[in-house]
Amino acid sequence: MSIEVPAFKIKTGTLPVLQLHILTTDMAQLKEQLALRLKLTPDFFASTPIALELSAIAESATGLDYAELAAFMLEHGMCAAGVVGGSAEHRAAAVQAGLGLFTEAPARNIPKREAVPAVTANQAVELHEQPELPGFSAVESENQPADQATPGMPPARPTMVIDKPVRTGQRIYAEGGNLVVLAIVNAGAELIADGDIHVYAPMRGKAIAGAQGNEAARIFVQGMEAELLSIAGCFKVFEDGIPENVRGKPAQVHLEGSRLLIQPLTH
Amino acid sequence: MAKVIVITSGKGGVGKTTTSASFSSGLALRGNKTVVIDFDVGLRNLDLIMGCERRVVYDIINVINGEVSLKQALIKDKNCDNLFILPASQTRDKDALNLEGVARILEELKQSFDFIVCDSPAGIESGAFMAMYFADEALVVTNPEVSSVRDSDRILGILAAKSKRAVEGLEPVKEHLLVTRYDPKRVNAGEMLSVTDIQEILRIPLLGVIPESESVLKASNSGTPAIHLDKSDVADAYRDVVGRFMGEDLPMRFIAEKAGFLKRLLGGR
Repeated sequence: MSIEVPAFKIKTGTLPVLQLHILTTDMAQLKEQLALRLKLTPDFFASTPIALELSAIAESATGLDYAELAAFMLEHGMCAAGVVGGSAEHRAAAVQAGLGLFTEAPARNIPKREAVPAVTANQAVELHEQPELPGFSAVESENQPADQATPGMPPARPTMVIDKPVRTGQRIYAEGGNLVVLAIVNAGAELIADGDIHVYAPMRGKAIAGAQGNEAARIFVQGMEAELLSIAGCFKVFEDGIPENVRGKPAQVHLEGSRLLIQPLTH
Repeated sequence: MAKVIVITSGKGGVGKTTTSASFSSGLALRGNKTVVIDFDVGLRNLDLIMGCERRVVYDIINVINGEVSLKQALIKDKNCDNLFILPASQTRDKDALNLEGVARILEELKQSFDFIVCDSPAGIESGAFMAMYFADEALVVTNPEVSSVRDSDRILGILAAKSKRAVEGLEPVKEHLLVTRYDPKRVNAGEMLSVTDIQEILRIPLLGVIPESESVLKASNSGTPAIHLDKSDVADAYRDVVGRFMGEDLPMRFIAEKAGFLKRLLGGR
């Protein structure tokens, strides 16, 4: 059986995107002012994808002709890629006009920002039996709801901060976010995060970053003495000890392709 | 307010019961009303070390089941007036303990005692859990070898996550490290972990170091807590431990290798 070379990859990524905040549903006024503004810097928007921000007109019953607006923008070098915010009607009309839907920025979805939970080792999960590690089954990420209409970043969770020693037998899981540990992590302890892991102390246990398959996750450790390191299911154990150049030293771990790289932090 | 202190370790055979006997005796010798409870139901040992095994009539399980009063089950120590022993049951197992019963006993003891010392069984099962759940402070007994240190680390994690103080979000259990069976000679030879090595892993304050000594075995067999021994390093070390626990600032002894006769004669190394 030959292994097929993959023709594509689907990944999430955070890219900066310009937003055009639409403040009126009066198409004539909008076009006029836009034309005036774009005449000042003719080449500024050369093929720049633009998200139309609709929250200001969300309450307005009258819609916009998005197809007309998109065509007008294209004439001026702006490429309308999709809409963000707005009412359900607006969004439906935008889809009709062939535009995409951006998910709203998380901060907008959450009216009040959640306080960062001061999770301490006291509240750390204490498990006797060892269920399957999420980091070792990358397929698990496929069980995530994939039927979202639009690609977009899942809302970021606040970073979990642990300020007490993480001892053998303890497991800490920062679901959907980053994990920062300010105290020692002993052999037999497990740190798991869907995002990055930072340990500002000797790290002698296991660190599993990108547990849901995020290949961009990294591990930063002040004193590298780990038993196991894993990113997005790609892991390394240290039967013969940690490599000399990083042993006990500040180090970072990241994925390059399918290789787990451990590099000293020298700056 | 009475203090509940658990003597724990995770691993067996490191000196929990020896420490419980000497530590509670030491507290009592200083005039504190002290009771020491054997939580090792089914493997009753504390009464042997304290030399009161022939006076055990009732035990902690009888009290929990309401068969006898606490007063009937408490045994007065033969060496100290202020010390009482609540023995474990030999014929039952640890499932006979329950949190409500233990809570009731501790509440009652708190009325008349200054210190309640709980001698935990080895392991992390229900008996050890019952012994540590209500603790205000913990003496973690560790031998200078890796498996003992690893088990102590585990126990510290459980204390920090599952004790009553942790569950109810109160001030955490105060942790003390007690290194027992310490042999500076073997530490220097690289055969044992040093106190520094142990602290580097566990990172809790050191309460004391008890040197390895044959006299501990003799004391155990004769039913006398080691702290009562004459001219013994172990007795001195336990007295230091009690002193430090009571807030005294005492230098750490028995960490360095004893100079041999020739060495002393020739003026050290």
